[in-house]
Amino acid sequence: MIVQDVVWTIALAGMGLIALGFIHVIVQAGRPADETAAARSVHTAHTLQAWLFVVLLVGFIAGSWATLHRFPIPPQHGALDAKQVVDVAGRMWSWQITPATVRTGSAVEFRVTSGDVNHGFALYAPDGRIVTQTQAMPGYTNKLLHTFDRPGTYTVQCLEYCGIGHAPMTTTFQVVAPEGE
Amino acid sequence: MASLAMYPDDERLAGAARAAFNLYMITAVVLFVLMMLIGLTMRMAQATWLNVPPALFYELLSMHGAGMVGTMSLATTAVMWFFLRKYVRLRLWAFVTNYVLFLLGALCVVLSIFSGGYGALWTFLYPLPIHGMGMWTPGSSALFMVGNLLIGVGSLLFYLDAAAGIIEVHGNLGRALGLQWLLGGTIDPDHPKAVVAGTMVIISNSLGILAGAVALVMSLVNILYPEVVLDALVAKNLIYWFGHQYINATIYMGVIAVYELLPRYTGRPYPISRPFLWSWAVSTVFVITVFPHHLLMDFAQPRWLAITGQLVSWGAGFPVFLVTAYGALTNLYRSDIRWTMPSRLLILSMFGWAAGIVPAILDGTIRNNLVMHNTQWVPGHFHFYLLIGVLSMVLALMFHVIGRRAHAPPNSRADKLGFPVYLMGGLVFVFAFLDAGHLSVPRRMAEHLPAWTFTDKIGSIGAMLVVLAMLYFTIRIMAGLLKAPSAGSAGVGIADAAG
Repeated sequence: MIVQDVVWTIALAGMGLIALGFIHVIVQAGRPADETAAARSVHTAHTLQAWLFVVLLVGFIAGSWATLHRFPIPPQHGALDAKQVVDVAGRMWSWQITPATVRTGSAVEFRVTSGDVNHGFALYAPDGRIVTQTQAMPGYTNKLLHTFDRPGTYTVQCLEYCGIGHAPMTTTFQVVAPEGE
Repeated sequence: MASLAMYPDDERLAGAARAAFNLYMITAVVLFVLMMLIGLTMRMAQATWLNVPPALFYELLSMHGAGMVGTMSLATTAVMWFFLRKYVRLRLWAFVTNYVLFLLGALCVVLSIFSGGYGALWTFLYPLPIHGMGMWTPGSSALFMVGNLLIGVGSLLFYLDAAAGIIEVHGNLGRALGLQWLLGGTIDPDHPKAVVAGTMVIISNSLGILAGAVALVMSLVNILYPEVVLDALVAKNLIYWFGHQYINATIYMGVIAVYELLPRYTGRPYPISRPFLWSWAVSTVFVITVFPHHLLMDFAQPRWLAITGQLVSWGAGFPVFLVTAYGALTNLYRSDIRWTMPSRLLILSMFGWAAGIVPAILDGTIRNNLVMHNTQWVPGHFHFYLLIGVLSMVLALMFHVIGRRAHAPPNSRADKLGFPVYLMGGLVFVFAFLDAGHLSVPRRMAEHLPAWTFTDKIGSIGAMLVVLAMLYFTIRIMAGLLKAPSAGSAGVGIADAAG
């Protein structure tokens, strides 16, 4: 399941529901209600508002728990005990990645920093979609943990605008199957 | 409670006030068109339909960002001023000084970009401004910072004057925000929504501007004395604390037009309520505290800040969905609305805000941000609520004002044609960005891979339609604002004459 596809589906559904709500009300507008119907509409609107609040609250609590109970960013202080460690340094406008080959199936800790300005370290899978990213900031080292499940040639693309060489600030990165497989 | 009279007397403008309002609005619409043309140029360059060298592209990107944010702030400041002056005393000199400082600041920004080659974007993210690498000089960066400082000082001056006016009437900002009625008591039905919204903007955006001023001065010091090194993470926090609040303030200033005008067009009162006051009270806190969602990919940031960024991003949906958009729809439902340009734009603005916040909330989720951050998803969601949301609020007021002369809101055949062109163009434009983000196309990039250009082409077509509609709106609004006062209306202000 690709995260981007899930996000896209939820976004379209959410915006579609809002559009339907607007269309429903717009269709009714211009046909004024009499006093009794208007009073009934106000009552219904308050009831719906209360239910909408409950739905949003449940969504807020459930969604927050689902997305945060396993925090998606690894601890930044202390060792991560990953079997593979890759040092990444961005500099206008190139990447230094050591080593440039990792294996699938076990976590890789990327230690990402910058030698000059802010850069964005984004890993693109062979199918052209981002699999993960972090910022490369001067004076800081961001630790990114990722387990690759597909071998292939991944592309590193700078995702934080860093001057005229921003777009070509790219390199490739090899992900191979573990030895013996 | 806001008046249901279509053109109440207390909105009349005269003399200098009329001239000032005209200057704000004409400057704003002209700048909007120019910035849109720059935006269209960039989208067409990404679509490979135009050849724009990267150095020029990033200059245009810097101009478009700074120009749009500044112009949106200028226009929505005029919206806030137009309505707030009915309830509190606003000094015209503060309103005019803000305009003058904006122009001076804008001049510095334009010179820094097109004369000095500045291309570190409107976010001036430290330490990029001192690393021009031959594209721009530290001097041009300094000029850009000075320009931003002038614009910020102007805004702050306007807010301080508005705060003084509000305090004169309501005693303090808390009472103006209606905090005394959150937990009980009888709400004053005449407590103006414009005062509540204006107070929220004053509180949050003054903090934002001060944070921005600190970041700008720190950056200036770094430019002048490169040996003074700043902490990149602290600088980034300050910049986004400023940037987020500054652009968000435009929504909250613009929405005053909806509160004031919508009931006139539906013919139905739009009373103040406890949920309304709660929504503005929590929005004040949310707008001040939500900025860490811009730094979710800065893992060095303390974890609690990232969690705050996500939770507050999600929470920010409550007041928009439950109170503002829902309240507008309730006011519209089975009303005797007259569909004219202002009323169409008011409802469109509510849709733009409510729908645009959906992809924003999704992007403010840490898990999603890992794959969506700095993709075109981001301009997709902010163009949604700025182009379709906030700009529609501003246009609604402009069209409303130019209808005053005829004592009827504008609704010509050309208007009826221009509106759907704007709507369809806007939707095509923003959905092209969102789909590109879904496909991992990066934002802020002069050169695109062939695989990315399909959405660029679709987006360009949408942008062309928007520009076309906006050109028509601009001519229509300028002509309306500049019309001489009608005979027999001596002493009647611009709003009266402007239609």
